[in-house]
Amino acid sequence: MAELKVNLCGIELDNPIIPASGCFGYGYEFAELYDINCLGTFSFKGTTKDPRFGNPTPRIAECYAGMINAVGLQNPGVEKVISEELPKLKQCFHKPVMANVSGFSVEDYAYTCEKLDKEEQVGWLEVNVSCPNVHGGGMSFGTDPAAAAEVVRAVKAVTNKPVIVKLSPNVTDIVSIAKACEEAGADGISLINTLLGMRIDLNKKAPVIANKMGGFSGPAIFPVAVRMVYQVAHAVSIPVVGMGGVSTAEDVIEMMMAGATAVEVGAANLVNPFASRDIVADLPRVMEKYKIEKLADIIGIA
Amino acid sequence: MKQGLFTIIENTQLTATVWQMRLAGDTSAITASGQFVNVLLDGKFLRRPISVCDCEGDELTLVYKVVGSGTEQMSRMERGQTLDVLTGLGNGYDLTDAGDAPLLLGGGVGVPPLYLLAKQLVAAGKKVSVVLGFNTADEVFYEEEFKSLDCDVTVTTVDGTKGIQGFVTNAMENISYTHFYTCGPEPMLKAVWRTSVTDGQLSFEERMGCGFGACMGCSCKTLTGYKRICKEGPVMRKGEILWQN
Repeated sequence: MAELKVNLCGIELDNPIIPASGCFGYGYEFAELYDINCLGTFSFKGTTKDPRFGNPTPRIAECYAGMINAVGLQNPGVEKVISEELPKLKQCFHKPVMANVSGFSVEDYAYTCEKLDKEEQVGWLEVNVSCPNVHGGGMSFGTDPAAAAEVVRAVKAVTNKPVIVKLSPNVTDIVSIAKACEEAGADGISLINTLLGMRIDLNKKAPVIANKMGGFSGPAIFPVAVRMVYQVAHAVSIPVVGMGGVSTAEDVIEMMMAGATAVEVGAANLVNPFASRDIVADLPRVMEKYKIEKLADIIGIA
Repeated sequence: MKQGLFTIIENTQLTATVWQMRLAGDTSAITASGQFVNVLLDGKFLRRPISVCDCEGDELTLVYKVVGSGTEQMSRMERGQTLDVLTGLGNGYDLTDAGDAPLLLGGGVGVPPLYLLAKQLVAAGKKVSVVLGFNTADEVFYEEEFKSLDCDVTVTTVDGTKGIQGFVTNAMENISYTHFYTCGPEPMLKAVWRTSVTDGQLSFEERMGCGFGACMGCSCKTLTGYKRICKEGPVMRKGEILWQN
């Protein structure tokens, strides 16, 4: 009998599959299609202190084996997330959920995390210091070890829930940033956020995306993600959540062998709304194929 | 929303760039005219959102314009091939406020979703007027199809090679109507919105990620809050539109 359970920062997951933030809303769109309780958990839409519309459209561009998005953290703000979205989420999902948080200052992060800390269903805080689509915040915290550490310390001061820091791949040395987060008290690291990318419309002779650049995701970035997960997992002793182009159960196994304790699935959900469910269902078959009895046994085995 | 495999019954060229594809499959998730489907194509990462032109029984008709490599690939597909399609996307047109004499205005590849709408309005006993706007005579399609529904059809062409010379709004000014429904390029929608003398519904287009409300890729601002073109749209009410340009 295949054993899919993993332990992520002290909370047991039935399986390591976690739909990634920004690709799964607050869960209820997908709950119309299937029982989302089959998932390990999911990371809900990035939440900020204040409501945000995000960037102008077009926000989406297609690429070979992937896509670019420049949504820009559209969300109703933490108060409305708590008063309107989480009650709806609770109706369709009965496990601890991962709250994804972004900010434009250290105080923003602390404010939003402190509010979400009081929500019973929130199991983990995934602190996004890596959004490429906002100015004066987001990724700028994740490209400097000292700034990332400062965010982690501020957030850890206001919550007892596990804090997972979501890192950007758009850096020279991701290991130094991961280590700085670990030293500042982070309970886990998740990576990678999207790679900064761009497409140009040949007819219009102008960028496809209104914001010009955006975050590149999808199967095309999977090898980059595996490499970075491997590097970070070997450098820190806290759990690593791997993501970046994961589309199949085989990808999940590969990510775990690279060092991931759990695996987030992003863009795949947008193309096949059943992608995460299908991966969960397919894992036992792939485990058998590779003679894996317990998924927890293969974490970092490569 | 449903995901299903559809089999191509027929894929025919209507004009130099516009094709009609008839498909067989489970259409049960399609609940309104003006909704769209999202088509997965081999080798393409994102699906292609295409409006529902007609839907009856287990048959779905899509009329699409070849604008890029994805739709070009679709145009080369043949009878018997299958497509992975998400159906029942978007809100679609609301028939309840149509009144006795609704007016439908389509521009170019904005014409197709009005066909099922016209069919439904005629079936509901309405006197339906249709204005179909194109650039030139060679681009005209579906004129006969609307006529065979017993709609009062007017064609406009920008260069005057067929029908009334000018835009759909030139024809609109001479028709009396109780409610309007429109789909077409945004400058046309804005002109219709400005010219209209009744309430109406406008169908918008945007580059989409998922097409079912998960990614926030196609959001827009309206007077009634932020909306996703793919979920709360693509059809908006005249009174809620906040023009950005």
